[in-house]
Order: sequence, then C-alpha cells, then structure tokens
Amino acid sequence: MILTLVETDLEGAATEVSLEAVSFGRDLSAAGNGVPVDAVVIGDVSDDLRAELAAYGVRTIHRVGGEGVAAYSGAGWASAIQQVREAAGSVVVMAAGTDRGNELMAHVAARTGASMAANVLSFSGLAPFVVTRQVVGGAAMEEMKLHERPAVFTIAGHAVEAKPADVSGAGEVVEHSPTIAPEDLVARVVSTSQPEVDESGALTSARVVVGAGRGVGGADKFEDVLELTSLLDAALGVSRVVTSAGWRPHHEQVGQTGSRITPELYIPCGISGAIQHWAGCSSAKNILAINSDAEAPMVTRATYAVIGDLHEIVPAINAEIRKRGYGG
Amino acid sequence: MAAANVLVCVKRVPDSTEEVVLSEDAQSVDGRASGFTMSAHEECAVELAVQLAAGGGEAAVMTLGDADAVEQLRNALAVGCTAATHVVAPESYRFGPVDVSREIAAVVRAHEEEGRTHDLLLLGNDAADSGDFQVGIRLAYELGRPVVNGANTLTLEDGDDGPVVVAVGEGPDGQETYRVPLPAVVTIREGGVEPRYPSVPGRLKAKKVAIEERQPLSEPTGPGRVRLVLPPPTPSAVQILGEGPEAAPAVVDVLEKLGVLTK
Ligand SMILES: Cc1cc2nc3c(=O)[nH]c(=O)nc-3n(C[C@H](O)[C@H](O)[C@H](O)COP(=O)(O)OP(=O)(O)OC[C@H]3O[C@@H](n4cnc5c(N)ncnc54)[C@H](O)[C@@H]3O)c2cc1C
Ligand SMILES: Nc1ncnc2c1ncn2[C@@H]1O[C@H](COP(=O)(O)O)[C@@H](O)[C@H]1O
Repeated sequence: MILTLVETDLEGAATEVSLEAVSFGRDLSAAGNGVPVDAVVIGDVSDDLRAELAAYGVRTIHRVGGEGVAAYSGAGWASAIQQVREAAGSVVVMAAGTDRGNELMAHVAARTGASMAANVLSFSGLAPFVVTRQVVGGAAMEEMKLHERPAVFTIAGHAVEAKPADVSGAGEVVEHSPTIAPEDLVARVVSTSQPEVDESGALTSARVVVGAGRGVGGADKFEDVLELTSLLDAALGVSRVVTSAGWRPHHEQVGQTGSRITPELYIPCGISGAIQHWAGCSSAKNILAINSDAEAPMVTRATYAVIGDLHEIVPAINAEIRKRGYGG
Repeated sequence: MAAANVLVCVKRVPDSTEEVVLSEDAQSVDGRASGFTMSAHEECAVELAVQLAAGGGEAAVMTLGDADAVEQLRNALAVGCTAATHVVAPESYRFGPVDVSREIAAVVRAHEEEGRTHDLLLLGNDAADSGDFQVGIRLAYELGRPVVNGANTLTLEDGDDGPVVVAVGEGPDGQETYRVPLPAVVTIREGGVEPRYPSVPGRLKAKKVAIEERQPLSEPTGPGRVRLVLPPPTPSAVQILGEGPEAAPAVVDVLEKLGVLTK
C-alpha cells in the first residue's frame, strides 16, 4: 500500500501540493499493479476533505487524532505516521516536499532505518525503485535508488499535476489514536503566533501578478512595486528570499514551497528565476521580467523583459500608466 | 543566561550561483571553476553558535569533507568559532546522509569521552548541494536527543531542570516556538540572523587555531546515487523592451495589448 501524508490548510482543505503527491502515488500504483493508495491526515477530516480525497482515488483515509498529536512535534507526528504504516502495511510512505513534509519523512526514515529521497520529480523503475530528484538548488538532478522498504520520499512542489482519478476511491475513514512516547514529545511546538490572514487565494486566482524578489532590497522598499500592483489591480507575489527575510508574509510566496500562479501576466521584479520559483510561475501566459541582469534565467525565459534597476523602471511605468489615464 | 557549548556542522559545497558542471563520472558537482562556499543556512547556524557561546561557552565547528574543506572551517573560525574538527574523507560525496550523521555522532561521542561536551548541535536545514533535508534529524536519533527543525532564531533560558533552548521558526500557520531542554539538536534556516563578516584580526586568529583531524569511523554505505544529470537548457524567445526607465512607454504598450489596464 502507498501511504501519502496529506497536509491541510487552516480551513481544513487539502493543500494543492498534497493532492499533487496523491496524484503521484496513483501513477506509482498504476505502474505497480494497482497497489491501493491511502492517505494519512493528522487532525480533522471534514466531509469535503473526505470527498475530495475519494475523488483523487484514495481508498482509505487514516485519520490520526488524540493528545499526542494535538501540538506539532516532528518525532511525535512521525511516530504516529509510522504506527499507521505498520498497521496498514505500506511499502511506500511519502509527502509533499514542504518544510513539514521533508521534516516528517526524514523522521520516518530515521525511525525505520530506511533511506529518504527529498524533492522527487519522477520515478523511472520499480525494481530497483529509482527516482529522479532535485539537487543543487534545482540546478541539477539526481537519479537515486531507494533499496529499502518502506520507500520514503517527498515530491517537489508543482512538479506533477494534481488531477482527480478516473475512478474514485472508497475514501473510507479509519480512526487512529496512537500512543506517543514521552521522548518524542520533548521537542514540540509550545506556541504559534496569530496566523496571518492568508490571502493566497487572491494570488492564485489573480489575472495579473506583480512579483518582487531580493532585488527590491528591503522591507521598506516595496512602495513602487505595491503601487504598480494597485494600478494594475493585481496581486503581489514574492520569492522565498523575501519571505525568509521577513520582508513579506509567507502566503505571498510563489514557487515550489509557495503558491502556483496562473495569471494572464506575471511581472517579476528583481527575481532571478531559480527553478523553485519557476515551478510556481511557469503557467503564467505572459511574463514581463524587470531585472538588472540580462542573463538572469527569469529574463531569458520571459516573454518580455526590461533590463535595469527596478527602482528606476517601476516608478516610470507607474507614471506612464497614470499619464495614459489608467488605474483609476 | 549562561552560555552553551555549541557544535555547528558545516559542509563545503560548490558555489551554485555559478554554472553547475558535473564530474566526469557524474557522481558529483565539479566545483573547481565555480569555487566553493558554505550554505546560507549554515552561515546563520555559525552566527547563532557564536552568539550562544558568548560569555563562557565554546563555539566549535566540524565538517566531514575532503582536505580542502579546511577552508570552510577556517572561515567559521574567522567569525568567532574557537575550535574545529575535520573528519578527513577523500571523495566525501560517497558519504550519504546516514553516513554523515553517524560520523558527526562519532565526533560528539569522542569529544564527550575526552570531557568536552556539546550541549547544542546546530546544522543547516538542508545542504546546498545534496539537498537531503535529513542529516540533523538522523543525528538526533543517533544520539537520542530531541531535535527542532528549521528554526531561524535561538535563545537560551534557565529552565526548572537546567538550560533550555527556545527555538522559533516559520511554520505553515505562523511562527512556531519550541522550548527544549539541552542537550538538543537544532537545524537552522536562513533569515533570522545576519551572519557577521570576518575581521582582519579574526582571520589572523583563525589561522593559528590547530584543527583536530580525525578519520571516518567506517566506510560509507553511500547516498544511493545512480548519477547526476543536468536539466536541458531552455531556449529563450524573450523580447527585450529596452533598458532603464526609458522603456516605460514600451512596457505600457504591452500592458495595453494584453488588455490588463482599466480606466
Ligand atoms: C527546496 C527549496 C525550495 C524552494 N522553494 C522556493 C519557492 O517556493 N519560491 C522561491 O521563490 N524560491 C524557492 N527556493 C529558493 C530559490 O532557490 C532561490 O533561492 C530564490 O527563488 C531566489 O530568490 P530571488 O530571485 O528573490 O533572489 P536572487 O536569486 O538573489 O535574485 C535576485 C535578482 O534580482 C536582480 N536584481 C538585483 N538588484 C536589482 C535591481 N535593483 N533592479 C532589478 N533587478 C535587480 C538580480 O539580477 C537577480 O536576478 C527554494 C529553494 C529550495 C532549495
Ligand atoms: N559532510 C558534512 N559535514 C558536516 N556537516 C554536514 C555534512 N553534510 C551535511 N551536513 C549538515 O547537515 C545539514 C543538512 O544536510 P542534508 O541533510 O544533507 O541536506 C547541512 O546543512 C549541514 O549542516
């Protein structure tokens, strides 16, 4: 059986990257004589989530609850996943390549003595099981053998498409309340800051997205870019450098570990176009890159580009938009 | 709060902002043209180690790597680490995450036998080259210590039963705080601290530190690597609209053409 960890958002819906992972699991199942595809969810399983996972071909949804998993702990949650795996007898355990997904699969692998492959893009053989995964920040790929069972790995975000199954699964919910050993709860989350208002919905459905990367230069230097965003009635999307530095909130991040956008036009300003960022913006119909480096991957892959300092170019564009009477 | 004895684990990696070239056998990245560095996560881990050791603790650094990896140890010494251990491993790319975590654990245990403790072990969240996302977690299991993954700031506090590390990181639903008694393992993600630059006296001091050299405990079992491959180059069809602010009219022409402007 193939067991996929399904992460949920604050509303309890499956994240897109988790549905991508389930889709990958189905492809794997198809190659492997139809071994069943199961999901493990830590927390609530609403009727909507159940229906969605069934539509994605999931046979059994293992719902994990109880005191031991009420607060997040890498070891505690991995212990729970591991207990589900043993009870259900899975030969594959996988998750989306999110921060949590990578962390939990590393714990599961360490606990079972198996290897772990992070950020898998595809598989090429079952015996031996060979996967291709991203390395060197996406600049290269590695073909890697996963000898042990369970095979433990994560799927790089937006590397595969999330698509419902041709034939729905039963989507039967099985409850688990595993006992977690005290030592697995020593490193657990004791408090979480007020969650930020998540407006990534606006980002993923926006017709125009203005992007901002390290080239913007600081948290206090977003004024021009935000003005362009508002003149175009667009959404702001940023690179991971921007969210890591705390310049902008995480829900604005575009890429493999952020949102996947599909606008008519994407205007990345000061974003180099690393493969992990590209994973989130490659579906934009048009890309108009603003970058000081004419050789940046974002420029060479764009539809249009302007070369130079974004802090000179963006204000000039804003002025020109106004001059022509647009933007209210 | 008292200082802690910290050991930070760093890895010599090819500078991947430059073009990536593979070795002839496609088993590793040939960094000779691009040069070598340590990842941003690990630079932040070094900075945190130096801060947490200030006032009586020790900030030690270690690496498992080829002879040249001594460069990364010297760089960490130049910004405030005061001791360094080099597990000398020719062809270190043959060491997978299971091997590396076992070798780091061996160093910690050997130091303990010599009476040197490392209360806090810091690593990067993921290595810039192999990107395995697991050495810190495996190390924690090797040593039977708790592990926090992906923190960006750390502080020390006095707990009821001894010192506690308070680790804060970005979780899926907001900032998460952990309070974990020492000894512990924490993996670091960049963004929480600004790594300092080495000063000239710092560099001179670093040159004088004797680096402890060790042999790997055992032969590597390997990373399971079949081979590395480079992605095919992407053809470019970009239309350059111009350079600098003079390009603004051409940009707005495109915006008009795409119909994304509203009056
Ligand atoms: C597992 C993993 C997951 C990741 N997930 C994501 C993800 O989801 N999203 C993401 O974005 N990244 C992600 N990354 C990080 C990614 O690899 C890059 O590091 C990141 O996208 C780079 O951000 P950037 O383009 O803003 O910065 P840089 O790469 O530093 O690029 C800055 C760009 O700005 C340009 N510039 C500088 N100054 C100016 C100026 N004044 N005017 C105009 N241009 C200027 C430069 O020429 C350069 O092209 C991930 C990495 C890993 C390893
Ligand atoms: N050869 C090594 N020597 C010392 N530390 C290492 C080595 N390889 C990995 N690490 C540490 O483990 C972290 C995670 O690596 P990885 O699990 O391989 O992505 C890195 O950021 C380093 O801090």
